[in-house]
Amino acid sequence: MCLLGFGAVRLRTDMNRLLSLLFHQGVLDEQFLQLQHLQDQTSPNFVSDVVTIYFHESEKLLRNLRTLLLDKEIWDYVKLGIHLNQLMGSSSSIGAKRVRNICAAFRAAVEQNNRPACMRALEVLEHEYCYLKNKLHELFQMEQQRVLGDAVRYPGVVHQQ
Amino acid sequence: MEDDNAEDMEVEALSSMWPEDIDAAGKKFNVETPGADQDLLEDVTIIEEPTIVDFKRLLELTNYSEKGSSQLSYLVKNWEWKQENAVRLLREELETLSKQQQEVELKKLEILEEHRFEDASYGGDKRPISILDEVYEIVPDVPNPKRRNDVIYQGQRLEIDGEDDTETVKYWKQRALNLETLLQLSINREQILMEKLEESIEKLKKQSSPVEELSQILKRADNFLHFVLQNAPVVIGHQDKELRYRFIYNHFPSLGEQDIIGKTDVEIFKGGGVKESQDFKREVLEKGLPGKREITFETELFGAKTFLIYVEPVFSKAGETIGVNYMGMEITDQVRRREKMAKLREESAVQKARETELNKTIHITEETMRAKQMLATMSHEIRSPLSGVVSMAEILSTTRLDKDQKQLLSVMLSSGDLVLQLINDILDLSKVESGVMKLEATKFRPREVIKHVLQTAAASLKKMLILEGHIIGDVLRIRQILTNLISNAVKFTHEGKVKIDLYIIADPCSEARQKPDIDMDESESQETVVWIRCDVQDTGIGIPETALPSLFKKYMQAGADTARKYGGTGLGLAICKQLVELMGGRLTVSSKEHCGSTFTFILPHKVPHSSESSDETDEFKDMDDNSSTEDDDNCGFFQFKPRTLGSLFSSNGTGRAPELTGHEIGLEKCNPENNITKDAGSDQGRPFHDPCIKKNRPLNPDAPRVNSNGNSGNVVEKCKLLVRPKILLVEDHVVNVMVAKRMMRQLNQDMDVVNNGVEAVRAYQRCDYGLIFMDVCMPVMDGLQATRLIRSYENSGNWDEARLAGVELHDLPSGDQIIKEPRRRIPIIAMTANAMSESAEECFANGMDSFITKPVTLQNLKQCLEQYLP
Repeated sequence: MCLLGFGAVRLRTDMNRLLSLLFHQGVLDEQFLQLQHLQDQTSPNFVSDVVTIYFHESEKLLRNLRTLLLDKEIWDYVKLGIHLNQLMGSSSSIGAKRVRNICAAFRAAVEQNNRPACMRALEVLEHEYCYLKNKLHELFQMEQQRVLGDAVRYPGVVHQQ
Repeated sequence: MEDDNAEDMEVEALSSMWPEDIDAAGKKFNVETPGADQDLLEDVTIIEEPTIVDFKRLLELTNYSEKGSSQLSYLVKNWEWKQENAVRLLREELETLSKQQQEVELKKLEILEEHRFEDASYGGDKRPISILDEVYEIVPDVPNPKRRNDVIYQGQRLEIDGEDDTETVKYWKQRALNLETLLQLSINREQILMEKLEESIEKLKKQSSPVEELSQILKRADNFLHFVLQNAPVVIGHQDKELRYRFIYNHFPSLGEQDIIGKTDVEIFKGGGVKESQDFKREVLEKGLPGKREITFETELFGAKTFLIYVEPVFSKAGETIGVNYMGMEITDQVRRREKMAKLREESAVQKARETELNKTIHITEETMRAKQMLATMSHEIRSPLSGVVSMAEILSTTRLDKDQKQLLSVMLSSGDLVLQLINDILDLSKVESGVMKLEATKFRPREVIKHVLQTAAASLKKMLILEGHIIGDVLRIRQILTNLISNAVKFTHEGKVKIDLYIIADPCSEARQKPDIDMDESESQETVVWIRCDVQDTGIGIPETALPSLFKKYMQAGADTARKYGGTGLGLAICKQLVELMGGRLTVSSKEHCGSTFTFILPHKVPHSSESSDETDEFKDMDDNSSTEDDDNCGFFQFKPRTLGSLFSSNGTGRAPELTGHEIGLEKCNPENNITKDAGSDQGRPFHDPCIKKNRPLNPDAPRVNSNGNSGNVVEKCKLLVRPKILLVEDHVVNVMVAKRMMRQLNQDMDVVNNGVEAVRAYQRCDYGLIFMDVCMPVMDGLQATRLIRSYENSGNWDEARLAGVELHDLPSGDQIIKEPRRRIPIIAMTANAMSESAEECFANGMDSFITKPVTLQNLKQCLEQYLP
């Protein structure tokens, strides 16, 4: 992977610890690792870029979902389904496993026209989303510090490890 | 007396077998007096047969041997003394008796005298007899009784005196009567004495047999001896000076007397041990010292038996040895047991030794493993920060620096690289040794690998040698081996050539080259494993013969000089050898000092079974290359001159031309300054491991690789790039698009992206794609509908249905459409967020070929590409 400066070892350890915690909790899955693998010297911030976009998009989607659910007059289950599908697809793309699973449950509730279940699912979803956002934010902050400390990447070593 | 003697002899012979001093021999019997224990031996039957005696010899023995004679004399003395004693006693008795007899005789005489006188006086004898005369006559004869009689006479005289002469006759009569009774008494006494004498004589006669008694005692001792020896596994014998048996006691005789007596061991037995025992006896006989020895016999007579024999010499009175006494005891079982014990003890000792050895080895191995693990860990830990330093320095070198700084930095970089290389080497070595290293099986082209290695080693290559066909092996490791060998070759060659030959050999045993590489395609179909032999030949300084054995050892270089002059860690060849062996091959070297060395390694490789579709283009390209390289099938030459001035850049541009003849490529030995660029080149060259990547991207665009042949190759590649099918991704979500795009880049695949079904249909209409990835759920138009529209166009050749669905299509020139008329079916792969089977069925129903469940992974994409891209 990336190179370590002397001071970065600790940060690295912390990052690994946080990551393994998230994996252990089932918040993230392998897809996130794949995302990390896709990052190389040509796009050093690929992961954080993708995730930032994901947050941006997801927040929009969550807002839409809430509005749709709170609209007591119309029950637009098609729209709900589309939003949920989108959220589910993007979540699985970045490896946000738990969010994805809740989306699946949400969609099931939508398909059953179960409004209270949908409300509950939305709340859980919002909670999970916040948790994920906080943790990933933490992770990227550490990453940023580490990169600042390293200031450099040395691709030659990567393949020999 | 003859009988007695014989008996004595027998006893003597037996007792002479007692080993110790003869004087005590008698006591040693410790036989109780007969009578008390007579019953004890009564029940015991004593078989005396086993004893076989040569009596003549025995006589001789007693006569000549000191032991025998002294023993005999002792017995004789003893007997004589007893005899004498008896005689003395008898004599004494006789003496007293005769005295008494004399006395009695005297008395008798006296009495007779007395009577005669009396008769005369009574008979009227006229001769006057004076009493005094009579008294006088008697007195001088026997003075003692006279005195005694005196008293009586006095008494009588008194009587006589008192009486008259008439009374004298009376008196004398009286007296005569008295005397008669006295005589009678005396006679009686005499008779008793006579009787006593007779008795005594009788007694004497009886006492005259002590010899008998003695012999009885001895016989009892003999019996006891037999009793004791009855079942003992012993053989007792006596042999004369010529070692002929004269006596033998053997409880289990297997031979008769006539077979043994007078014969030697050798004459009696045959087989192992007989000679030895005979020699031993002779030795004892000659030395005159007793000895013990264990002898194992292996005879026909009694089989294999071990005897402990004791042999002692027998001396004559003159001190000469006249024979040996011999005693043997069978100890076969004991010996066997002892030997077994010894064997067991030895075995256990060996076992123990082995165990300790093993423990030691285990300990050492464990220690080594730990040390190696340590080393690996350490190296890894060191490498990470070190590469940070090196890369920093590298970045620093790209900034603006003055000359001195640049100089310093270059030193820093080369040192850092050296350390990094060293650590990598150590890491590899410890990985190989601790068995952690795993080999990867990847498809590769040997020539290309060599080419890249050569590029790295010499930083300049003017000839492209490309081998068609793939083999499977760990390309990274093979590259490593080649790098080591080639850089060694280049390092140690100041002027001359480095030649690399590749052959296919059929069998690792036969080194003969069988086919040139070109024929590989033919052999490919038949065999699954090919052995490839690679020679790296240089014309450098060579290796002294003495250094060859230690060449592949760790941290060893051919000599201290070499190390100083050329540097290096001494690990390279060790790693090469270990890697080659890990892959199941062999690495050998042949060298001549000052003439050059040839390192040869052979490796088994698998050949991929069928050429896959994706390789088609490569092969096509290879053919192109081959046509340019003509018949240069399997070797490439470098020829380089001793250091010339000027950088690689300039030499590439100008100085090369004269040397470029045929397949030989001139190259300048790099100056230290060029190291940086060389390294940079090698770093850029890294993706070469992956042949896929190489295809579409220039190898190292910023490296100073000016390559005439390579350029033509690039042109070909560009053409192919245009032909290469494109991919269309239909996906509305930004995140998914980003990820997918990124993955495609990793896979070296160009991809267009559109955001919904309508756009997808339009894109399809516009351009010829090889493959479409279609999201199912999309705004405006979903993937399913878009797929339906595309399929309908493929079937009907018109976009009517699309127009019906409200898709605004570009107005395409009709001609264009006609050209596209016979369009083949485009593979469309669905991307769905839910993996439910009904969704999959829906996809298939709408004309999709396959589907991927989100999240899309690199693996998924790769598979799809391999499956659907021609």
